[in-house]
Amino acid sequence: MIKSLILLLIGAALVNNVVLSQFLGICPFLGVSKKTDTAVGMGSAVIFVVTVAAAVAYPIHTFILVPLGLDYMDTLVFIAVIAALVQLVEMILKKFIPALYKALGVYLPLITTNCCVLGVALTNVQDGNNFVQSIVYALGTSIGFCISIVLMSGIREKIEENDIPHVLKGSPILLITAGLMAMAFCGFAGLI
Amino acid sequence: MNKCTERLYNGLIKENPTLVLMLGMCPTLAVTTSAINGLGMGLSTTAVLVMSNLMISALRKIIPDKVRMPSFIVIVASFVTIVDLLIQGYLPALNKSLGIYIPLIVVNCIILGRAEAYASKNPVLPSIFDGIGMGLGFTCALTIIGLVREILGAGTAFGFKIMPAAYEPFSIFVMAPGAFFVLAILTAIQNKLKLKSATNGDAPVAEEPLACGGNCSECIGNVCTANRGLLEQIAEEEAAKKADAKASAKKAFPEVSESAAAANGQQEGGNK
Repeated sequence: MIKSLILLLIGAALVNNVVLSQFLGICPFLGVSKKTDTAVGMGSAVIFVVTVAAAVAYPIHTFILVPLGLDYMDTLVFIAVIAALVQLVEMILKKFIPALYKALGVYLPLITTNCCVLGVALTNVQDGNNFVQSIVYALGTSIGFCISIVLMSGIREKIEENDIPHVLKGSPILLITAGLMAMAFCGFAGLI
Repeated sequence: MNKCTERLYNGLIKENPTLVLMLGMCPTLAVTTSAINGLGMGLSTTAVLVMSNLMISALRKIIPDKVRMPSFIVIVASFVTIVDLLIQGYLPALNKSLGIYIPLIVVNCIILGRAEAYASKNPVLPSIFDGIGMGLGFTCALTIIGLVREILGAGTAFGFKIMPAAYEPFSIFVMAPGAFFVLAILTAIQNKLKLKSATNGDAPVAEEPLACGGNCSECIGNVCTANRGLLEQIAEEEAAKKADAKASAKKAFPEVSESAAAANGQQEGGNK
């Protein structure tokens, strides 16, 4: 049981990396990876929100939507719940854990429409994961996001100093970097 | 009617959502493993976009300004669910190859972007044509990217073998890294030709503002307002830092800052 959960975690974090092989959350991956500090902030905020969202989505799907025969409404309900949840988390953090709010606050509103939050919730439903599996999968996926965005920001800080051909300045070099990272992450395919 | 054709041109060419605005990167990268997948994704998005533009534009005077974003999301999500169910019912093969990316049309920035930038401010008919134009622009771009990846990576186009038997496919192009590479080449060409694109160089927000303010390499989804404030703040901080650094550099090496040309000359001389 524990072994399968660990495999699920590693599989979600490295083998099927959410950004580099599933292409979810590309926008923040390219947009917020300019500095390592902000990348770490964004990464940890995503870990937090994705995990909480998965924990909330599971009971809603299992105990409300399925008994009512409304499971085709998953997408609509999940996106609404995620949007509300992010607001709620923001308010709770602001009131009770101001230190954490200070660290994650600015990133929280940006996460509502991050496709990896909704993607994880929907994948959990599609794969028929139970509650524990859902949370482990969400944790793995978001850790994978955090790893890749932090790596990317580190590389970008180095690129900044380099003399790159004018044609490749801006997004092209960014995308090539991401492509090379994706190739490297392909190497994890044999891990499981 | 003139306005409608203008909207079509705008969506297909002038403000092409993928190639110029660089919106909706997730599906662009994820489902373009073959031309047919790109086409399927593009058309599903078009359907949602047209319907949501129609609905939002029709309801634009009823929806209160404060809750417009949540209302838009609910409207879009309803249409996505409808399209999802239709595809599941009638096109099971496409459903299998697109998988999770169909429900994820909800968070595609193009749709909320158009709702916010156009449909919520304009009458119904132009909004519908705006949706059609943007949707077809997205579809064309996705199909072309898919076609390039399919030809290079598998030697086929729309499933038909077109390359000679001796052609050894670069299978990397149908795998994940290939998506990044194809897009990188595409943006590099845009850079080279100095075409208008949201991602040209590190350019700040375009002078002639695009539908959503442009410069989407800096944009995180569609929470643009909050985001832009944040980015402006970061930019200001950076500018202040740079100014500080310059000032201190001037103090430390007054002779270097006298003239850039002279400094370059000195450096070259040093290198020799």
